[in-house]
Amino acid sequence: MDLYLKHASATADERAAVDSHLGPPATRWEGGDRDRSEDGRVSFGGRDARSQRHLLLPVLHAVQKRLGWISEGSLSYVAQRLTVPPAEVYGVATFYAMLSTQPRPCRVAHVCDDIACRIGGANSLIDELTAEFGPAGTPNGDATWIRSPCLGLCERAPAVMFQLAGDGPDSADESHAPAAANQVAAVLKGGTPAVFVPGSTPQTVEPRDSSLRLLRRIGVADPESLDDYRKHGGYQALRRALELGPAGVIREVTDSKLMGRGGAAFPTGVKWSGVAGAPARPHYLICNADESEPGTFKDRVLMEEDPFALVEAMTIAGYAAGCELGYLYLRGEYPLATRRLTNAIEQARARGLLGRDVMGRGFAFDIELRRGAGAYICGEETALMNSIEGYRGEPRNKPPFPTVAGLFGKPTLINNVETLYNVLDVVLETGPAYAAIGTARSTGTKLFCLSGCVTSPGVYEVPFGTTLREMVDRAGGVRDGRPLQALLLGGAAGTFVPEAQFDTPLTFEGTREIGASLGSGVIMLFDDQVDLVDILSRVAAFFRDESCGQCVPCRVGTVRQEEALVRLGTGRSKGSGHPNGSITADVELLAELSLVMKDASICGLGQTAPAALQSALALDLLGVGARGAADTSPTPESSTAEKQRTPDAS
Amino acid sequence: MRRNAPVMLGAIRRMVDLELDGEQVRAPEGSTILDVCRERGIDTPTLCYLDNLTPVNACRVCMVEVDGSRVLVPSCSRRVEDGMVVKTDSERVRHSRKMVLELLASSTDMSLAEDAVHRWMDSYGVDVKRYGPPGPSAAAGERDRRQAGHHHVPDGLSAETVAQPVKIDNELYVRDYARCILCYKCVEACGEDAQNTFAIAVAGRGFDATIATEFDVVLPDSACVYCGNCIGVCPTGALMPKSEYDMRQAGTWDESRQAQVTTVCTFCGVGCNLELTTQDNRIVRVDSPIDHSVTHGHLCIKGRFGYEHVQPR
Repeated sequence: MDLYLKHASATADERAAVDSHLGPPATRWEGGDRDRSEDGRVSFGGRDARSQRHLLLPVLHAVQKRLGWISEGSLSYVAQRLTVPPAEVYGVATFYAMLSTQPRPCRVAHVCDDIACRIGGANSLIDELTAEFGPAGTPNGDATWIRSPCLGLCERAPAVMFQLAGDGPDSADESHAPAAANQVAAVLKGGTPAVFVPGSTPQTVEPRDSSLRLLRRIGVADPESLDDYRKHGGYQALRRALELGPAGVIREVTDSKLMGRGGAAFPTGVKWSGVAGAPARPHYLICNADESEPGTFKDRVLMEEDPFALVEAMTIAGYAAGCELGYLYLRGEYPLATRRLTNAIEQARARGLLGRDVMGRGFAFDIELRRGAGAYICGEETALMNSIEGYRGEPRNKPPFPTVAGLFGKPTLINNVETLYNVLDVVLETGPAYAAIGTARSTGTKLFCLSGCVTSPGVYEVPFGTTLREMVDRAGGVRDGRPLQALLLGGAAGTFVPEAQFDTPLTFEGTREIGASLGSGVIMLFDDQVDLVDILSRVAAFFRDESCGQCVPCRVGTVRQEEALVRLGTGRSKGSGHPNGSITADVELLAELSLVMKDASICGLGQTAPAALQSALALDLLGVGARGAADTSPTPESSTAEKQRTPDAS
Repeated sequence: MRRNAPVMLGAIRRMVDLELDGEQVRAPEGSTILDVCRERGIDTPTLCYLDNLTPVNACRVCMVEVDGSRVLVPSCSRRVEDGMVVKTDSERVRHSRKMVLELLASSTDMSLAEDAVHRWMDSYGVDVKRYGPPGPSAAAGERDRRQAGHHHVPDGLSAETVAQPVKIDNELYVRDYARCILCYKCVEACGEDAQNTFAIAVAGRGFDATIATEFDVVLPDSACVYCGNCIGVCPTGALMPKSEYDMRQAGTWDESRQAQVTTVCTFCGVGCNLELTTQDNRIVRVDSPIDHSVTHGHLCIKGRFGYEHVQPR
């Protein structure tokens, strides 16, 4: 491959941004000064040059952070430094919502208008910002605001994330919630974002729930101090794991019957032993911290409040599965978690708890933190791997599965954040003791994210088997004592659950029986004042925005689904002149779309994109059932008299 | 024939037993379900698959049902396994194929797609009308500038399409992305699977994804070397030699007056087979047979575009 770099060259600032991550260019091939004594005598390019591609996303992040956008010149320089064709760099840069390839002001407020924030005041916040700064995306001096999908701060909606570009110390990204319009305006005009206040776990407020396991250090141990972490039981699990040996750890994990908490509920022990026994080397570990399911924030809370535990758990996983390098792929919209984890990794490394000789016990393990850049799809494990490798975050076809051929084509152990936190207790208490908690097939405790119209939103930890009704009651029920209209379980990719099924135990098998799924543990409540058509339209828009575009059922299906839903919602199904001029025809079309998306999409995004809408239709939450019955699409044969008997209710 | 010449057998492969549409079938290990279907004459629609490219399984039209799999599987890339039970014509399979073709046809101009595509659209009963009238065409370059994660909320009255003006920025070929089904074939042919030039890549995300050069620069400013291998693999006529495009625009492209002539390229010693399309004793388009052992369907700029000197004057 020859690089064809014809375009604008990078400015000094742009080069500095790239070099800040990659170091100065060593040769002219990479864009450095010509050294006649050297350049003619060595060969460049080849495998070594191309093998740097995995640095692409971090470098693009660096440019975006310094300049606020990625210009032709900087893109060209990035391509040259990493020996990646410019067209491919552009393909990657345009894949992510947090990166801009068009000039964009340096101060950007990403204002969440997703489902939880929508019922938490986002609309009025957006109205006020529109009044002051113009419509979304309008440059206003060096500031602008844009709409954003769920920022994972649902318990304190409405949420805003600031992306502040520049090379000064105060140009870091920062989240802010709950956000008032005047606060957002102040930051856009040059102010500093307020410091993030913890308090997302109602169970840690006095009187503290003494049964907490995963959340036990939250509010107790200082999340920035390794010493404090050790004082509160930190690194005992790793010590115990080293006594057990890799096979012993895997045995405990298998005995614990721990199931993956990322949504697919795969037995963790099977995954671990699969990777540990894979003959190809090296093995890689990935912690999937790209939590972006609308309504989900449990991993964020864990990582912000107890970051060292994740470092320790990853070390144990790496030790057991024979991985020397673990990637922590963290959602780009989580700036505080990024800072806390960066600090935790650095401290652990400084104390010999990461590195070539962990705890002086002769095994090597290190963690590299990678930030996502605004793509829900990168939470899909194979898309995440492509993203780390420097490609577009498009899911791969399976098989082969990651345990056989994952990151860089090597056996890869990939676990969700919450799964890894559980491993600490599994190792400390032994597998069988852990398996005694929860139910027979869903062991341990589970974190649930309660948000929406609920009295005390936040992350709750309960043993598996707790019913949905108990969860709702524990969070104080519906806000202001209003009647409940609907409950969404599992997030945007989840399903609505009717009140008649609230006594279902929240376990993997229990929810499966009622055709639902725990998903990422989202429980979102909607009271009688919420416009569910608006909520579902946002869900449909979310999937249309977040589809990677690779496969047809998802790429076009999400568009058609949104269009049909808009027709249903605005009552335009009938009398619009649209060939589908009836509610029944649109409901039927949605069902057909749902089937092909579930059956033929490459990954879980497309397969679950119609889930919430279909469950809402099945429960008739949109009120189209009544309208649909009235809306007997008039066939040429139907008599006028019959038409008159059916009033147009739509 | 030379005596004692080696007999070319290829690697000996174990045979795998599977059930295909109720029949017991044996197939060499490592072959795909699609290979077996084709071997047995089962008409399986494909769009993003081509024998000379790595399967990307993006179009999802070749899906089949495999017992034990929760979802359908792409036959183009799933390898056969012992005891596999495959159904290629079940209700689910027919529905998925129909919907995929319908979704594409409702968003893309398929009028110049290969004949087989039209045959499949007929046989699966594609009905584009139910999605509503096609939405308006985007202005030139507008689709290329869309930001990932942002779109205008539709009104539901028309079906959004990828319609946009054709891109004509050089004398050799045009890019009519209103016909692009995003099958990734051109990207593969430009990159790893043939030319190794990487002038184009998929950019943007979701429905707004496009095939683009960096910053959507015109082809003469890109790495393009005009081998035209992207034209050779395009299934919908989105990429087309300028000569053909001009004739189509002028209304002089007439397939009934055309003939195919196979010959060998005279430019160098490699010996690429050329398949010339001629009309009225003039060359109007050059391709290479996909099964030719030298080219595998791919050519260089000279073979594909360097024919003006032999035209009658």
